[in-house]
Amino acid sequence: MSPLRDVAVIGFAQETAVEDRDRNEVEFVIPVVREAIERSGMQRRDIGFTISGSCDYLAGGPFTFVMGLDGVGAWPPVKESHVEMDGAWALYEAWVAIQTGDVDSAVIYGFGKASLGDLHEVWTLQTDPYTVATLWPSMVDMAALQADSYLTASGRTDRDLAEVAARSLRRAQGNPHAVASADVTVDELLARPVTHRPLRDSDVAPITDGAAAIVIAADDVARKHCERPAWIRGIEHRVDPQHLGLRDLATAPSAALAAEKAGVNDGAIDVAEIHAQFSHEELILRDALGIADGVDVNPSGGALTSNPMMAAGMVRIGEVANRIIDGRAGRGVAHAAQGPCLQQNLVCVLEGAR
Amino acid sequence: MTAPLVEHHVLEYPGGYTRSIGPALSRYLGGLRDGKIVGVRLTDGRVMVPPTEYDPITAATIDDYVEVGPAGTVTAWTWVSDPRPGKHHLDHPFAFALVRPDGADTAMVHVVDAPQDAISVGMRVRPRWKAERVGYVTDLEAWVPLADGAAADPAPANRGEGANDEPVTGITTPIRLEYDINAGTAAGKYLLGLAEGKILGARAEDSDQVYVPPRGSDPTTGSPTTIEVEVADTGTVTTFCIVNVPGLSEAAPEIPYVCAQILLDGGNTPWFGLIQGLPADDVRMGLRVHAIWADELKADASNIKWFEPTGEPDAPYDDYKAYA
Repeated sequence: MSPLRDVAVIGFAQETAVEDRDRNEVEFVIPVVREAIERSGMQRRDIGFTISGSCDYLAGGPFTFVMGLDGVGAWPPVKESHVEMDGAWALYEAWVAIQTGDVDSAVIYGFGKASLGDLHEVWTLQTDPYTVATLWPSMVDMAALQADSYLTASGRTDRDLAEVAARSLRRAQGNPHAVASADVTVDELLARPVTHRPLRDSDVAPITDGAAAIVIAADDVARKHCERPAWIRGIEHRVDPQHLGLRDLATAPSAALAAEKAGVNDGAIDVAEIHAQFSHEELILRDALGIADGVDVNPSGGALTSNPMMAAGMVRIGEVANRIIDGRAGRGVAHAAQGPCLQQNLVCVLEGAR
Repeated sequence: MTAPLVEHHVLEYPGGYTRSIGPALSRYLGGLRDGKIVGVRLTDGRVMVPPTEYDPITAATIDDYVEVGPAGTVTAWTWVSDPRPGKHHLDHPFAFALVRPDGADTAMVHVVDAPQDAISVGMRVRPRWKAERVGYVTDLEAWVPLADGAAADPAPANRGEGANDEPVTGITTPIRLEYDINAGTAAGKYLLGLAEGKILGARAEDSDQVYVPPRGSDPTTGSPTTIEVEVADTGTVTTFCIVNVPGLSEAAPEIPYVCAQILLDGGNTPWFGLIQGLPADDVRMGLRVHAIWADELKADASNIKWFEPTGEPDAPYDDYKAYA
């Protein structure tokens, strides 16, 4: 969807950890919300809308997202919302709220402690509860079925997967928020055992606890507070049917449609951050989003090296926005995914120049 | 720094989650019970299995059910080397696979029970049916290898008690997830304080409001509550409720009993407690109370058993009206 009002990312912060047994969810939210607002240059009281993305199944209790509000400063009472989705979808709702003219700015946060339960089993419960969840395929099992479908259809091999994993791990060495990183070669990864055929552990995102926060603002509010705002040129999300066998798992039609509607190919792209939790997902998504060879893809290392659940998608937006705000990139694409086998996809095109 | 407080937490519906299944899945699961695989024709003519009562592409109502299989073809697979007891219905390594039954245009997620080196994309498979079938997805226990060109035998007669002509209308699905929940830094300090007989609150640098229990931040501003403040175990009843409904837990007091919000001296968030030591009808707003601690102190909320009157005069309303 194209914007009626210009809206930009003007502040971003993230926090990640592996199996953090000290901090709870709120204690992840507190510092990132403060830091994102601080970076935006805005005052908390001037921000018009507050919204979060999280998933109760990660903590194993109902309404666990409500306590996240303790970390954001909610008095006098704020205009607030929540999505049971990655924070990227919360950002979409905030963007719509600004489009309506109701508010001029928003703080968005996503958080999750993936290490509390068995993450891969938790995600089984988002499948058809009658004929699929009853067999208990894990998130990784379903991804492996998609990987096998993709390799069969494309003629690619596990070397192509290892190339994605090796590049991600090497790029992550420059990212302080990455929880996995290594100076590793494709051949070294290929020498490791296949753990979830055709995937190796290096093709699977690490279990990551964390949170992220983003401040967005409209028009003059953004210009006033940020020298070079990362303008949202287009943002769109789409969904594929849940029936895994009905979809051609070698492709991601909803990602392709979201990319088209967001206007990915309306201009040249300097950088793309793709929310791929498995190596093959990056390859499928490059095709779906129409990312040309030569584009810098996942310079942060991507979700394969840091995957804070319910925040990793919005981190992609933040990573691209940061590169625009500091002048390293002119125009970039951020992508977020949810659901088994890339069922839901959000694409956001960001640009520095007016 | 002391060890973090971690509690094991099981999320489970005892006896399983009961689901009604609607007309399409009734056909499908009833079909499995009867040794048949039932799909449905979509608006575009393709046959999809398992069926739904709506076309997932157009949302049109569909009900042209079609029997497919029994043989099929593996279109994708992955290997499960460590089956999970209580979750997976096979107790030995197996494959999750997408299997397209003959006559269907879509594949279904199911399992293939065969040696890993015998499985490949394109392999022919047939159902291995359970002898006793009840109308559940595992009535088709697994897909197993079928020689190229061979035909699958029909399902053996159902020997289960569910062998009848009644439609399948529901299923019971066991759901169990396990967690290790940690209290967090702020709540952890508070709980460890309780174990020492102390009630620890906290406040932020930019506020004089003391939160008990502390959550790590001042919820009005989001500022971190970095300053630890010990509050008293005495306080004032700000509001209360006389309970006349018996509690479900064995720990519930005999009715009638009183639960109250108590503003602890030195704190700014009323806290929940039971009031004992006087008739329920005599409990009132402004009553001054003190905590009765358990004999053995632990790092949890069981430490304070209840509150009893201190005998002091009631607090004036102005002292607590902001919290009432």
